Amino acid sequence: MNKFTKGLGACMTAIIVASGAMAEPADDNLVINGDIEIVTRTAAPAHLSDVMDEVMSGWLFRGTETRAMESDDFDNPGMIFVEQAEDVWNTADGSEGKSCADCHGASSEMAGVRPVYPKYVEAAGEVRTMEMAINDCRENRMGAEKWKYTGGDMVNMTALMASVSRGMPVNVAIDGPAQSTWEQGKEIYYTRFGQLELSCANCHEDNYGNMIRADHLSQGQINGFPAYRLKNTKLNAVQDRFKGCVRDTRAETFAPGSPEFVALELYVGSRGNGLSVEGPSVRN
Amino acid sequence: MASGVKPRVKVPKSAAAGETITIKTLISHKMESGQRKDKDGNAIPRSIINRFTCDFNDQNVVDIELQPAISTNPYLEFDATVPEAGTFKFTWYDDDGSVYEDSKDISIG
Repeated sequence: MNKFTKGLGACMTAIIVASGAMAEPADDNLVINGDIEIVTRTAAPAHLSDVMDEVMSGWLFRGTETRAMESDDFDNPGMIFVEQAEDVWNTADGSEGKSCADCHGASSEMAGVRPVYPKYVEAAGEVRTMEMAINDCRENRMGAEKWKYTGGDMVNMTALMASVSRGMPVNVAIDGPAQSTWEQGKEIYYTRFGQLELSCANCHEDNYGNMIRADHLSQGQINGFPAYRLKNTKLNAVQDRFKGCVRDTRAETFAPGSPEFVALELYVGSRGNGLSVEGPSVRN
Repeated sequence: MASGVKPRVKVPKSAAAGETITIKTLISHKMESGQRKDKDGNAIPRSIINRFTCDFNDQNVVDIELQPAISTNPYLEFDATVPEAGTFKFTWYDDDGSVYEDSKDISIG
């Protein structure tokens, strides 16, 4: 082999390695504001031991610029909405004349709440998402109108709740009274829907790291929700994302706030147990 | 005045004389392009920030003309050289005549 073909061989190898690496999640660490360390990859929770060894945040599947936006609150457009929610948090509403802050104190007092939702609420006798808990507060404690499940006010408030818990590990309970709902969510996760006959697992378990047309498939983790998406320049609620995914299989979707999506959110949340709460994250 | 408009800027508190610093600005604004139509088919009137300026001790640093295709919540980042202690003054001009202002002091040290 002469020098030229040797060089060409080395060149080809480099190209193959480079294109192979493109489909892989980024090798990068996320530290927000140079202060909050975010766990973006960790050992998979025990209930996933048969299907994967490691769980990864969707942050690792995004491009360099998008990842950088999330590492500084000033650059993260989602924080605009967190600021708006902070104003709402301190503003009285409803017939009782109470604000969120009147009962709960400063929003930072709510650190640790986001990581355990959705959770079984004894008094309600059902698994509740953060949105349901917020609306319960508004209706029964504040005497205020319920917010639309994925409306602007609601998404902003869930972003505020997520932002004060950033860096804490997701820790959704899957046993005890939540177990039957969790099983239902798991059933939905592995059920093929739509004309394309796709289940969540077909993309997010079997093919994460591969390309789906021009985009990377992530594991579909929800630790970063609500997510600011560059494509629609607003915060997106997790169940709106579920709806988008199910729609993409060409199926009639469940409604955000429906028992099916609550169960699915519990199950998908539990697949990310151990990852840090990241919301509001920045995604494509 | 368009609703929900709030300017934000990030400037280091101090710099060495002659140092080049990075300034980040962001204003929450819907930046309605004027090209969209509402449910009834009527054009939604254009409402954007059309100009942004930054001055340092009354000397202009940047003067930017913004166009309708710029996305919501425009984010502008630029470098400035700081010869002396003083004040950065930021001004955003809205289509509807509103002017939004913010300022940041910087010291030498």
